[in-house]
Amino acid sequence: MPLSTHDLPSSYIGRSVPRPNARRLIHGRGTYVDDIRLPRLVHVAFLRSPYAHAAIRSVDVSAAQRSPGVLRVVTGTEMAKHCTPWVGVMTHMHGLKSAPQYALAVDRARWQGEPLVAVVAQTRAEAEDAVALIEVSFEELVPVVDMETALDPGTPVIHANLGDNLAFELRVEAGKVNAAFAEADVVVEETFHFGRNTGVTLESRSTLADYCAGEGKLTVYMSSQAPHMMKHVIAKHLGLDEDNVRVICTDVGGSFGIKIHTYPDEMCAAALSVMLKRPVKFIADRLESFVSDIHARDHRVKARLAVNRENRITAIEIDDLTGIGPYSAYPRTSAVECHQVVNLTGGAYDFANYRAHGRVVFQNKSLMCQYRAVGHPIAFSVTEGLVDAAARKLGIDRAEFRRLNLRADDAYPYTSASGLQFEKLSHQKSLAKILAMMDYDGLRRQQAALRRDGIYRGIGLAAMIEVTAPSGAFYGVGGVPIAAQDGCTIRLDPTGGITCATGIAETGQGSETMVAQIAASAVGVAIEKVRVITGDTDTTPYGGGTWASRATAIAGEATLQAGRALRANILEVAGALLQSAPAALDIRNGAVVDASTGVERMTLSDVGKTVYFRGHELPDGIKPELVATRHYTPRDYPVAFSNAVQACSLEVDVETGFVKMLKYWVVEDCGTVVNARLVAEQIRGGMILDIGAALYEHCIYDNQGQMLNASMIDYLVPMAAEMPDVEIGHVATPTAETALGAKGAGEAGMGGAPAAVVSGINDAIGVLGAKVTAIPATPQRILEALGKIDKKRQ
Amino acid sequence: MIADREITLTVNGERVVQRVAPRQSLIDFVRENLGLTGSHVGCEHGVCGACTIRVNGLLVRGCLTLAVQADGAEVHTIEGISDSGEIAALQAAFLERNALQCGYCTPGMLLTAADLLKENSSPSREEIRQHLSGNYCRCTGYQSIVDAVEDAARAMAGGSS
Amino acid sequence: MGTQRGTWRVCPWISGEFYRERKLKPAPFDYAKPHSAAEVFDLLEQHGDNARLLAGGQSLLAGLNMRLSTPAILIDITGLESLRGIVKSNGVLRIGALTTYAQVKASAEVARAAPMLCEVISWIAHPAIRNRGTIGGSLAYADPAAEMPACMLALDAQLEIAAKGGRRKVAAGDFFRGIFETDLKPGEMLTAIEVPVIRANYRSGFSEFSRRRGDFAMSGLAAHARFDGEVLSDVRLAYCGVDTRPVRERKAEQVLEGRSLDREVLAEVKAALAEDLDPPDDLQATGQMKLHLSQVLAERVLTVMARAEVG
Repeated sequence: MPLSTHDLPSSYIGRSVPRPNARRLIHGRGTYVDDIRLPRLVHVAFLRSPYAHAAIRSVDVSAAQRSPGVLRVVTGTEMAKHCTPWVGVMTHMHGLKSAPQYALAVDRARWQGEPLVAVVAQTRAEAEDAVALIEVSFEELVPVVDMETALDPGTPVIHANLGDNLAFELRVEAGKVNAAFAEADVVVEETFHFGRNTGVTLESRSTLADYCAGEGKLTVYMSSQAPHMMKHVIAKHLGLDEDNVRVICTDVGGSFGIKIHTYPDEMCAAALSVMLKRPVKFIADRLESFVSDIHARDHRVKARLAVNRENRITAIEIDDLTGIGPYSAYPRTSAVECHQVVNLTGGAYDFANYRAHGRVVFQNKSLMCQYRAVGHPIAFSVTEGLVDAAARKLGIDRAEFRRLNLRADDAYPYTSASGLQFEKLSHQKSLAKILAMMDYDGLRRQQAALRRDGIYRGIGLAAMIEVTAPSGAFYGVGGVPIAAQDGCTIRLDPTGGITCATGIAETGQGSETMVAQIAASAVGVAIEKVRVITGDTDTTPYGGGTWASRATAIAGEATLQAGRALRANILEVAGALLQSAPAALDIRNGAVVDASTGVERMTLSDVGKTVYFRGHELPDGIKPELVATRHYTPRDYPVAFSNAVQACSLEVDVETGFVKMLKYWVVEDCGTVVNARLVAEQIRGGMILDIGAALYEHCIYDNQGQMLNASMIDYLVPMAAEMPDVEIGHVATPTAETALGAKGAGEAGMGGAPAAVVSGINDAIGVLGAKVTAIPATPQRILEALGKIDKKRQ
Repeated sequence: MIADREITLTVNGERVVQRVAPRQSLIDFVRENLGLTGSHVGCEHGVCGACTIRVNGLLVRGCLTLAVQADGAEVHTIEGISDSGEIAALQAAFLERNALQCGYCTPGMLLTAADLLKENSSPSREEIRQHLSGNYCRCTGYQSIVDAVEDAARAMAGGSS
Repeated sequence: MGTQRGTWRVCPWISGEFYRERKLKPAPFDYAKPHSAAEVFDLLEQHGDNARLLAGGQSLLAGLNMRLSTPAILIDITGLESLRGIVKSNGVLRIGALTTYAQVKASAEVARAAPMLCEVISWIAHPAIRNRGTIGGSLAYADPAAEMPACMLALDAQLEIAAKGGRRKVAAGDFFRGIFETDLKPGEMLTAIEVPVIRANYRSGFSEFSRRRGDFAMSGLAAHARFDGEVLSDVRLAYCGVDTRPVRERKAEQVLEGRSLDREVLAEVKAALAEDLDPPDDLQATGQMKLHLSQVLAERVLTVMARAEVG
């Protein structure tokens, strides 16, 4: 079998090179949207609804208009003339319904925080001063705040013309579920609750829209993950020619899915720039971020699992209820999270009978939509919670029970009960590896010994699959303008330098570095000679942006193919110039060399200069193209699944309910690893978001739909003192669909952490007859489970 | 109308004379008036540490300090501290360990880590975590940052400066 | 205008009519930085309720940013050198109100004379906040979950207050009145804190339960007692985070008087706390949970103190 590019000694694929674009960030030379200065720049601030549900009777902006520094005050009625509403549905989500959402609410506010009036002023402070002077007369309406009763006859219907508060319903039935439960040896049943989370990106949502009336061109600098998608959305709803809209993503201070949705306040900023014909900047401040960023994970799942006499899982049944906001978010819809929960539950295990019922209901709370590892934490918390409960009931060690039931590594290709198609995963090998890494038996002995001293340690386990690199079957099929393909244009310059432009985005994970590594390897240059351009719709190939861990698998493949094409082009020119067959030549370390001896024949710079400046020296018939573009679309599989297993060791202080995370392990199989350090850091980074979900994070609402903890003081995220060290191991099962063989790794840390942490907590307190089935597993909840204090009244 | 105040201060070694509104925070002043955008705004209520800068040699939250309070002070931001070479070992270690992803928390982290190493030249991992406990990072999970600070401490103690 | 709204941990603060004023750029205010206490008092008299004193500003400025408070003028008192300094004399440690947390922590005088104050600092916020936040500011602000006020109760501190007409002293126990409410009258300024120097055989301890390092206390205990061998006396147990102000738990203190720590005594201490404490619910814990944590704190802090070497 011929050696691939990966096997070359000069290959960067598999090397943990430091990120070139991190250099300027450590010097404080990043360019985030708020750092950009443009002439005549003005700022917008919003009056946001103080009520979860209210009719807007009247709005008096006269005092605001006279306030110092104010240029313009715009209400919903006027904004609707400049920005059309949008509806977050996709055709392949049958039955998904949602009402049109306006950039500024017109006659009714439907969540606390919904923008109602926009004020444009010279400074943000002056805009806020003016907002305080706006008089709005509200008629408070009864808010829908309990998903369990959202569909009850007595509950107000948020959008009368939709008929009810049901956004979407989904049913899956496979095998013979009733028979499996009837014949089961053991059945376990639980109800799981998941707290609403939000992303809390350190750089809040930021948009700077600059409309140039002379050209009729709108340039929008956005902190975003998907520039091409936003270009389309902005053009469509502002009524602009899409070719005259440019979206530029400079440095992005964290996103995790938060910055991939269409937000009314950002659309307002763009519309205002067109209206005022000058740059308008909107930076969501931290307080408004909590009530205007999308939320996620608000689910209640009732579930049960059947085990037969051979200790094999035979069936799983779930009922998933999720309460979103008053609209399905646009354009990715708020039905996908429920859809994923239904699809992914039980995904690592081998069983044939599955029933799932999912319902998505509207509420008067912040909108919910895709947030990193969409649906995964819920699916795997449910699965692993059931698995642990079953093992406990059977009296079997939980690791052994998993070994018995995780799908065999030679079972592939495989289609699961919920219809997922797996190319090849490695659950068994990964489990064996993690048990060895953590010294599972040793931890068990230590746990037993410490228990005698009244110290309660727990060992958590969670197996998972990860949705990565989705094909067009994910979004595009539903009629939304979200690209499943991606492209790379790669070019040789007369300096010998390589420039790559690609349609993915960089939000810190190192996607630009990954592209540079692949490009450098594919062409044959040092990585220092590679420059990567992303995030600008004018200068990059049409792409999908960065989400669902698609960048390496998809854009990486496009880069590899483009790099190989450029290499071939260079060798064709070099061959002609050197009067040698291209096959007898190679490119190594920036020079064309004799393939067999390695002797340098000419540098790439020489090739470039000849082609660009001295074209007359080229033989007849040679048409040199020192640039190549390739696009890649996944086709064989709708999703390139990765798999992982997570484990943790923790200690529960059973007197106080406090949990101390001691150590964490993850074994990840994402196929070919381009940069092990970046993958490890993606896993660790995902973990902080989901250890947050497991122990700390919760958007708490009162019965009037008010978010009670909408500040960084009260919405708790783990900080350095709360996080454990994470040891990471790999198994590698490359995908055969691409030459690169890489799958995604961005969801790994996240999807299983709540499952693993709760598994650990329940392992610690299970001996005391206690368990938790709700996250965040706060000290309050743990003490309630232990019976030391009464359950909190809801 | 409230009158602006004239303040005179030194920022990264340069003398600055400007008029500011009393309500303007120091972080907004260095970013907007002086164009020093390396320090960032994350919460404006003192929790996240993205606005951490140095006033008279001490770490402060730029969002909880008024610009008028910096009259007569010596202020240093990431730009000046970076240019001086003071944190070169930390920066090299951060790069090597990939102790940053989006980079938004990084200037605050670097200043806080430098502050720690000034008072404790070989901190334990636990001590590093405690000292950085007021700096929010949402990307890395902190482990690589702790690794980098450890590496830098070792390099500064063992190697030549 | 100029008045403080309720704490956000004891009652919902971002709701209904309050919400529309939630911003993160403060409303406009004027600023003065007097050079003498006399100037401060003149300004306070002139502006009354519309003025706020600015020391470290670590609590005040966060509140101003959120427009929880909209004073017309801030009077920056950090120019008053007479409010700085740590001096020990005649069995009393006098700490100037403008002493920062960082300065308290670094002070060898404080470490010797009032070790509890050094110990508590590492529980308070984070390094950057501690470089500017002042001990006087913490006491004058009187956040019910703040650690310093509880320490002052446990140490029987005297707070020196100055006004145009002169000075007065108030015992810590009489100073804290309610949520953000103290005995400070209009026109008055806290100038110094006087703490009795710790005497032989006395030990102190502080601990708290908070969700994360540096967060506000769900319950915090400042304890101070005399140990003759294993026998306790002159016990002070002051809690923060469980009431509208820091509270001394006198019933529990009396249980311990003249006894040594054993299972039975600790059970009685916990029962006494259950009788006295009725903490309100908040976002992090129900009142019952706060009581429970307070009981656990009593046991743990006292146990550690009992084991400590007499310094």
